[in-house]
Amino acid sequence: MDNTVIRIQDAVVSYREDVALQGVSLQIRKGEFVGIIGPNGAGKTTLLTVINGLGKLVHGQVWVLGSRLNGTNGNSLRKRIGYVAQVENIDPRLPISVREMVMVGCYGRLGLFHRPTRADWEIVDKVLEMVGMAHLSQRPIGHLSGGEYQRAAIARALVQQPEIFLLDEPTASIDQKAQHEILSLIQLIHREYHMTTLFVTHDLRTLPPICQRLILMKEGKVWRQGSPESMLREEVLSQLYEAPISVPNGIAPLQT
Amino acid sequence: MALSILQYQFMQNAILAGLLGGITCSVVGVFVVTMHLSFIGVCIAHAAFAGALLGLWLGFNPLIGALLFSLASAAVIGPVADRGELNPDTSIGIVFSLMLGLAFLFMGLMPGARTEALNLLWGSILTVTRHNIIFLATMAGVIVALVVAFYKEIQAVICHRQVALAVGIPATLIFYGLLFSTGVTVTASLQSIGGLLIYSLILNPAAAAYQLTYSLKKMLLMAAAFGVASCWAGLAASYLLDIPSGAAIVITSAIIFGLATAFSPKRKVKGWRQVPLAG
Repeated sequence: MDNTVIRIQDAVVSYREDVALQGVSLQIRKGEFVGIIGPNGAGKTTLLTVINGLGKLVHGQVWVLGSRLNGTNGNSLRKRIGYVAQVENIDPRLPISVREMVMVGCYGRLGLFHRPTRADWEIVDKVLEMVGMAHLSQRPIGHLSGGEYQRAAIARALVQQPEIFLLDEPTASIDQKAQHEILSLIQLIHREYHMTTLFVTHDLRTLPPICQRLILMKEGKVWRQGSPESMLREEVLSQLYEAPISVPNGIAPLQT
Repeated sequence: MALSILQYQFMQNAILAGLLGGITCSVVGVFVVTMHLSFIGVCIAHAAFAGALLGLWLGFNPLIGALLFSLASAAVIGPVADRGELNPDTSIGIVFSLMLGLAFLFMGLMPGARTEALNLLWGSILTVTRHNIIFLATMAGVIVALVVAFYKEIQAVICHRQVALAVGIPATLIFYGLLFSTGVTVTASLQSIGGLLIYSLILNPAAAAYQLTYSLKKMLLMAAAFGVASCWAGLAASYLLDIPSGAAIVITSAIIFGLATAFSPKRKVKGWRQVPLAG
């Protein structure tokens, strides 16, 4: 039985003169945890936006969760895809609490003109408990540290009850302790829910050991892919990053 | 006695216009302030003014001109800012200066006395008609109804527009809806507050409320209250001190903003952090 949930065929994405993806073809199986690595500008983020329908294809086709993305069904598919981007600066005066931000994850699924019910708020509180943010639920989101904000962002993606989880540099711009906590949480979530997960990073030290497959991207192409054991080798990584790279000892040592 | 003025129809109309204009401008202002769209809003206000002058010059209803120009400017600015083909500040600045240029061009081409044009520039809340009030009430009703109906989507877009898109909310539609609402609000309030002053009434009450609360709902209510208070206090000052009403309204709203900033609990962020909030 075919358990492919994402199939990309010859995808080309272009931003003005720059070609961000050049004929990428890829298949992701249900429940797989895939790491996507490569230098800055390799097309990693663009690949994720192609999967959630926000990236516009110049050429090629993308099938997600059994449907071909056609420019009109992106919104309905995105309701089933959790997305966490890297930390951004948030206005500290913004009148949105952590609890409200996490509830945003439910809004797509609820649809227009439907208000969240008590059951929805209970789900939000439960997920906030799970990610260790219950004590900060009333805090304005602009007052969170980078690590706290990422936990809230992961909670928001979880209340969506997604079938696919896209993580775009979720540990960028946060300190090492928070990085380890976020990585532990991401692995815990994968063990618990077995969601198909794509984890993008340019920093090899933040690659979760739970990765089952690594996709190496370079200049908008899938340069190589395979098991972490076969990809995380000095000669491969040095060619990928065009600089001498040593494989970090015990990638992303985790708190248990 | 000062209160005897309230028996006159023109003052009753002015008070109603202040109530409706104050609520609508301030509610729209909350979105402008929280989404950092202040310059876009100024640009739309000036486009409405230019459109109204075109209407006056060519002899059609100035409100229709104002509505068309403000909606068109929102439709141009939004995509240009979104696509990033030009720096948003640059593109908005160009549209803004074009609108101002067109406004002065239409005014220059207008034959005869330009009293009506100047009224659109400065506003004349004391001369609003029953017809203006009905238009303002309709717009206020529509804006408030839309905010209530799409509150959660608007909240998501304010929180983070790209995230709102990523969870399956039609965030682009909501964003353009907010820009168009700004255009409609400016048009509806143009005759009472005036093209030059309207934007202060959109910005100041919302900016004042922004200093005082971390709750979006409370911010909307506070901004509406400050907007109405600015209009009514400005009207009273205008009557008692014999000064132009539009200017009095705007100065009152600026004073409210100054007070809100001075007493803002958000200026004491560290003090706030020391008190952990219950979950």
